[in-house]
Amino acid sequence: MNPLTGYLLVAALLFSIGLAGALTRRNAILVLIGIELMLNAANLNLIAFWRYGPHPEALTGMMFAIFSIAVAAAEAAVGLGLVISIHRHAHTTDLDAMNRMRG
Amino acid sequence: MIEKADQIFVLLQHWLVSFLPAGLQPVAGVLLSVVVIVCLFPALFALAVWMERKGLGRIQNRLGPNRVGPFGLLQPIADGIKSLTKEDIVPRSADAAVHFLAPVVLVVTVFMGFAVLPMGRNMVLADMDAGLLFYFAMGASTELAVFMAGWSSRNKYSLLGAMRAVAQMISYEVVLLLSSVAVVMITGSLSLTKIVEAQNHYSWGLPHWYIFTPWGCAGFVMYAIAATAETNRSPFDLPEGESELVAGYHTEYSGFKFALFFLGEYLAMFSISGLGTTLFLGGWSAPFSWLGWVPSWIWFFSKLMLSIFVFIWMRGTLPRLRQDQLMNFAWKFVLPMCLLNLLVAGLWRFMGDGWPRWVVCSAILVLAYVGMGWGEMRRKHFGARSYRYAE
Amino acid sequence: MSVVFYLLAALTVAGGLAAVMLKNTVHCALALTVAFAGLALFFLDLDAQFAGFAQILVYIGAVAILVVFAILLTKGSETPKEGVYSRNWLAGLAIAAGVFAVLGWAVLQSARVLPGPEGTPTATPVVTVLDIGHALMGRYVLPLEIVALLLTAALIGAVIVAMHEKEGAK
Repeated sequence: MNPLTGYLLVAALLFSIGLAGALTRRNAILVLIGIELMLNAANLNLIAFWRYGPHPEALTGMMFAIFSIAVAAAEAAVGLGLVISIHRHAHTTDLDAMNRMRG
Repeated sequence: MIEKADQIFVLLQHWLVSFLPAGLQPVAGVLLSVVVIVCLFPALFALAVWMERKGLGRIQNRLGPNRVGPFGLLQPIADGIKSLTKEDIVPRSADAAVHFLAPVVLVVTVFMGFAVLPMGRNMVLADMDAGLLFYFAMGASTELAVFMAGWSSRNKYSLLGAMRAVAQMISYEVVLLLSSVAVVMITGSLSLTKIVEAQNHYSWGLPHWYIFTPWGCAGFVMYAIAATAETNRSPFDLPEGESELVAGYHTEYSGFKFALFFLGEYLAMFSISGLGTTLFLGGWSAPFSWLGWVPSWIWFFSKLMLSIFVFIWMRGTLPRLRQDQLMNFAWKFVLPMCLLNLLVAGLWRFMGDGWPRWVVCSAILVLAYVGMGWGEMRRKHFGARSYRYAE
Repeated sequence: MSVVFYLLAALTVAGGLAAVMLKNTVHCALALTVAFAGLALFFLDLDAQFAGFAQILVYIGAVAILVVFAILLTKGSETPKEGVYSRNWLAGLAIAAGVFAVLGWAVLQSARVLPGPEGTPTATPVVTVLDIGHALMGRYVLPLEIVALLLTAALIGAVIVAMHEKEGAK
């Protein structure tokens, strides 16, 4: 088996775990954790493709991973800021309780 | 002969490893270096604790420990035995697993930082291309250990101390990174050995250490401030301010686990001083070209102990800051200065040799420092004390 | 596939599973850091030193800390008495399982076209930090600038969103 397949399978599994977490948990922060896991799985894919691809010296996959890390940091900061502001407003982070558009 | 003395530890390692079969030699060499680091720095820790207690005693007009051994030199050993034999108490409501893991994670991550520090010529455990990045990655992981300690204790003082510590360490880590980036910009490498080599030149017998340039001097001052805050040392020791938080995040730790936290604090001090020495004070290079015959590792460890002495001196001299002062200082004063310092380092790089760059770079930094300080002082109003409550 | 790969895969997947399944939110965040650390080790194993260290610095040093801060600020550090899964957890689980099935099927299908282990490049690609720096400042300078802009916007946005809004008070 090509080593790339193993990495892709692990990344797919991790992505699905993250997706499951994001879809099934009640707490908004746990949903964000699931999204972070999904982003990380994508990073693993990028690095694995870079390493076993035909042109590792072109650095494309590595650069994508580095930019993705930076974007994920921004996403986490804004997402958690939103959760905190929602908690201040509605006094809950339970997503099932947030079912009204009216404040 | 001089060469031999300089390389004595490297030669000793090669000699010891040469008894093993060839296949095992690289692994054994690394293991041997790890064992030496793991033994050496705790020994230095004992010495530093003694130095601190003696020095603080002298600063506060008392004698310090003087009962155990000559000049109280065996006091750290007595303390160690005491903490080993004490009962290890875990609070009933504590989260036992996390409570146990926190000191372990702290000490392990702090020890990892030593791997990339060049402690002498050819004396570095892992000469990584991205050594500085590795160091900062490990330094960032200690914050999580502090949080784990504070949260798992289920004690409000622990939690408050941990939150303070994490907020402080995150804020000052930005400063620490940015002040080091100036060095990286000038050297053009993240490898710590290359950074030391770049400083190991002399003109008129004086070294080319980065602290002797305008941007390096400013960078070193900011690095020193950030290093003090990162290691939670006085005057930035709010996370464990005894008078308000009992002992901060390690309130609920006793016995050997407490000793591990204590060890971790001092090890962090050693490693951050070692990094500062490497970045700004020329690492293992001699201060004058005619002192080049002294073994390189002696210089590294003398500079290290000198910085530890400065840490102790500051602790005995300066009063503790308030939390809001601490944060304002980091974000509103040191961080802008750091960004300006990056600009100045770029100017220095592209202005070429000669005196104009000295004048221009120093002028920018001094003007910014004076201007910002003046602005801050003017905005200050020393009115009646006001309180803000959390709701 | 080496032993290292299986160990790292087990560590990462266990960390990820714990991060989405544990009851206590702080435990979830700590398990998440285990998954992050496993991924960073994966990157190091794949000879991507710079990306691995950046992963530790950004994820364990910043994102994990942000997550625990958010948990404590939203008073979520206690285990909730009611269930931790949302009402329609079954649908979510089914969707995730479906996604995994599709992804796994695609990967295994593509494995047939890929060359075997002997056909892959085994030599470590020599990538120094200098190369990465040149790439960032040369070919990828526009994405770099855009990321810088994005991070600035995110910084300001996060501060504004999370800032305390109170009428007439400073």
